Amino acid sequence: MDFASAQVIGAGLAAIGVGAAAIGVGNVFGSFLESALRNPAAADGQQGRLFIGFAAAELLGLIAFAVAMIILYAR
Amino acid sequence: MAAEGGIDPMHQFRVEPLVPLHIGPYDISLTNSSAWMLAGLALIFGFMVLGMKRQLVPGRWQMAVEGLTGFIDGLARVNIGPEGKAFVPYLFSLFTFILVANLLGLMPFGIIPGVHSFTTTSHFSITGVLALLSFSMVLIVGFWRHGLRFFSLFVPHGTPLPMIPLIAPIEFISFMVRPFSLGLRLFVAMIAGHILMEVFGSFIVSGLGGGPMGWAVGGLSFLFIMFVVALELLMCVIQAYVFSLLTALYLHDAVHLH
Repeated sequence: MDFASAQVIGAGLAAIGVGAAAIGVGNVFGSFLESALRNPAAADGQQGRLFIGFAAAELLGLIAFAVAMIILYAR
Repeated sequence: MAAEGGIDPMHQFRVEPLVPLHIGPYDISLTNSSAWMLAGLALIFGFMVLGMKRQLVPGRWQMAVEGLTGFIDGLARVNIGPEGKAFVPYLFSLFTFILVANLLGLMPFGIIPGVHSFTTTSHFSITGVLALLSFSMVLIVGFWRHGLRFFSLFVPHGTPLPMIPLIAPIEFISFMVRPFSLGLRLFVAMIAGHILMEVFGSFIVSGLGGGPMGWAVGGLSFLFIMFVVALELLMCVIQAYVFSLLTALYLHDAVHLH
């Protein structure tokens, strides 16, 4: 296999991580909604924590994207 | 990446000098990046000055400015505590600069001939410096208030004695990674959104010359790109909020030591 095709396949494999992070972000907001509907009075106070969880989950997906870009444009 | 159709999605991130200026070996030209930063600064300045007339009965504009400052004030009070008052100016500058820079990059200024909008926050040299500013502020505040006791940040309360050699390095690594994760998040989120929009925009352009099948692909891409732009507008606000929120949380650590 030549370098160019291995590069494209590697970048595609690295992009799987972005999909996994999508599951994580969905999990964060899904769990928040589920419990916010059970106790709406307490929901507003937890919005900071919601965004911290979102930021942590999203960062891992963005790192996967950065790795894919590094592989794709490596010389 | 093979350049089919000749549209290069990375070209929009190129920094080009507008007014070349060299002092000795240093290149301090006014680039499109710094020009858009100045445009953002002018926007923020105009927005604030027009709303700071201190009328007894606030108009719409003053209400908008008071809403923004009140939002940052609440962010600092909730996340840092009563000491957060001192950090409100910094958090406010951070939030407004990132928000305006993100939104300016998304505005369709390209329809004016000769103008290309540029997202300043899509470069790690900008977001990395912002993250380093936050990080050094945490270090300065921590050592100023607590001296060498600041290092007890690496040993959480109630850690059993045998666990300390294990916990302390992990806490130290997670502390040192903060500036990188802070800068990387904003930079990659902006760059990913702009590449996505550029790629689907190139599908529309290439689809125009591709017969009925190409038109169908172009139409679908057009619908999708509208959804992506809406998502990106949301992303701009969320990224600015997350950056200032995380800075506030790190400052809480520095002020209160867990």
